[in-house]
Amino acid sequence: MTISQAAAQVAPAPVAVSTPMVAFEAVTKRFGNDSNQFTALDGVDLTVARGAITGIIGRSGAGKSTLIRLVNGLEKATSGRVVVDGIEVGGLPESGLRDLRRHVGMIFQHFNLLSSRTAFDNVALPLEIAGLDRKQIRDKVAPLLDLVGLGDKSDRYPSELSGGQKQRVGIARALATSPKLLLSDEATSALDPETTQSILALLKKINAELGLTVLLITHEMEVVKTIASDVAVIDRGKIVEAGRTFDVFTGAKHETTRSLLSAAVGTQLPEWIRAGLKPQPSIGDRILVRLIFFGDTAFKPLTGRLVAELGADVNILAGSIEEIAGEPYGSLVVAYPADPAVMQRANEFYAATGLATEVLGYVA
Amino acid sequence: MSLDMLIGLLLKALNQTAQMVAIAGLIGSLIGLPIGVFLATSGKGELFPAPVANRILGAIVNATRSTPFIILVVAIIPFTRFVTGTSIGTYAAIVPLTIATIPFFARLVEAAIREIDKGLIEAARAMGATPLQIVFKVLLAEARPGITLAFTMTIVSLIGYSAMVGAVGGGGLGDLGIRYGYQRFMPDVMLAVVVVLIVLVQLVQSAGDGLARRFDKRNRKN
Ligand SMILES: Nc1ncnc2c1ncn2[C@@H]1O[C@H](COP(=O)(O)OP(=O)(O)OP(=O)(O)O)[C@@H](O)[C@H]1O
Ligand SMILES: [Mg+2]
Repeated sequence: MTISQAAAQVAPAPVAVSTPMVAFEAVTKRFGNDSNQFTALDGVDLTVARGAITGIIGRSGAGKSTLIRLVNGLEKATSGRVVVDGIEVGGLPESGLRDLRRHVGMIFQHFNLLSSRTAFDNVALPLEIAGLDRKQIRDKVAPLLDLVGLGDKSDRYPSELSGGQKQRVGIARALATSPKLLLSDEATSALDPETTQSILALLKKINAELGLTVLLITHEMEVVKTIASDVAVIDRGKIVEAGRTFDVFTGAKHETTRSLLSAAVGTQLPEWIRAGLKPQPSIGDRILVRLIFFGDTAFKPLTGRLVAELGADVNILAGSIEEIAGEPYGSLVVAYPADPAVMQRANEFYAATGLATEVLGYVA
Repeated sequence: MSLDMLIGLLLKALNQTAQMVAIAGLIGSLIGLPIGVFLATSGKGELFPAPVANRILGAIVNATRSTPFIILVVAIIPFTRFVTGTSIGTYAAIVPLTIATIPFFARLVEAAIREIDKGLIEAARAMGATPLQIVFKVLLAEARPGITLAFTMTIVSLIGYSAMVGAVGGGGLGDLGIRYGYQRFMPDVMLAVVVVLIVLVQLVQSAGDGLARRFDKRNRKN
């Protein structure tokens, strides 16, 4: 998929009733001076749907943080437009930016809580900044701490809380001003897998209950797979793939997407097999193919039919079934002789049944 | 010298030292605090970007700090006379002490503020805080333990500096030690002065440490 196709796929139809919550239009961001320039973002076109959880995934240094920081104006685009809820961020004066930020919550990888304030007072901070009085603040903070499950930790200092609890305080703080958009910069990257899941569940709940739009960036496919309905893949400052999470994951075309995916989705090959993989077959080799089951094919007994089709000489090396954005996704790695006649029959079978496949390589 | 006389002299000197240190410490720190905040926030790309002013102020602070205190005392005599009407006595001594305190405390405050995680400033900016709100609600609040220690250190050095203002008739413990203990060769007076100074510094330091620990919520210990 090219960038423009990717953009077209997520752009709202002309008849759409609601405008996107965030739209990046040909956004470029360069750092440095004239002699030493670095292009962190290069012609990014992307929209973030209202009420959805959208994930942006990419490797370290791809430009994720830069992209999300453009949304609340912590960073300014070198060219192009960033439109948030109908307002162009780049055109706002400092005071306008501050108003915007009071309606856009943000959470961080390292939580960024004030060590000198209790959980309660940390959540109160954005309200103090917005100029609410003590009573109004009390009325808002207590329910928020309850919402994130920390009603009993109100007087604790951050140093007395676990990482997951700190991030919950961070989330309550981000929600204090009742924002319509929540930005998350690697909010679970400092947490263990179990805590990550509980924070993701909380974000999902907030998204569902408050109708809050969530834009999250991460380098973990697992995060996107678990909660994002939409995803964009960023690589070296460019969006290389974007769309519904399930579509992107199951039909990954770009190399970056595939390599990020292999860590989180689909079956991992045992190391001893992977080490012997060759890109080209020699006489007598076997071909390794990943069969991907989803949508219609997920529930059909296709494996047995494939074995019958090719004769008995098929072996299964690895397999798994999991859920991506709420839908089942199965993956099975099989091997059979890399004989032209056998491969021909297999390919005809794939074409006839609509089974998605990926050739992983050849082994002796 | 009788014990009564010695105690009388010590009390008078202690009182002078306390006055000089307290007044110079308070005024100097009050002026030094905003200067320290400015030094810590006015670099390129920081809260109040003013790199040129930052560099000039930094140079002045360095110059004042590298001038030996006794030279500073003599050099600013005209200014001292202008401020206090005299160049001799305890009040006159407060002027150079204050002048020396300002850059000293400012640099310590700057260091305490620079230690704060930049992520906190980022978070406050993301909440829509103004630069001044960031200074008061984030920087000064988070640096409170560091600033308390900085103030403690300032008072302790002031106690040391105040020993040198005997040169302008400032009085105080150091002056007592030099005049009686050294010039009139009364080692018992010298010893008494040193003991009082040690106790004084210890008291100030432990009070400061205790207070800083109370303010510091970064570790699980309260
Ligand atoms: N203020 C800056 N000045 C110069 N270069 C910068 C600046 N901020 C970011 N960059 C560069 O832009 C690129 C993208 O940075 P960014 O922080 O957006 O990456 P990221 O995708 O968030 O990476 P990570 O996963 O490591 O956080 C990096 O190469 C980085 O060095
Ligand atoms: Mg980042």
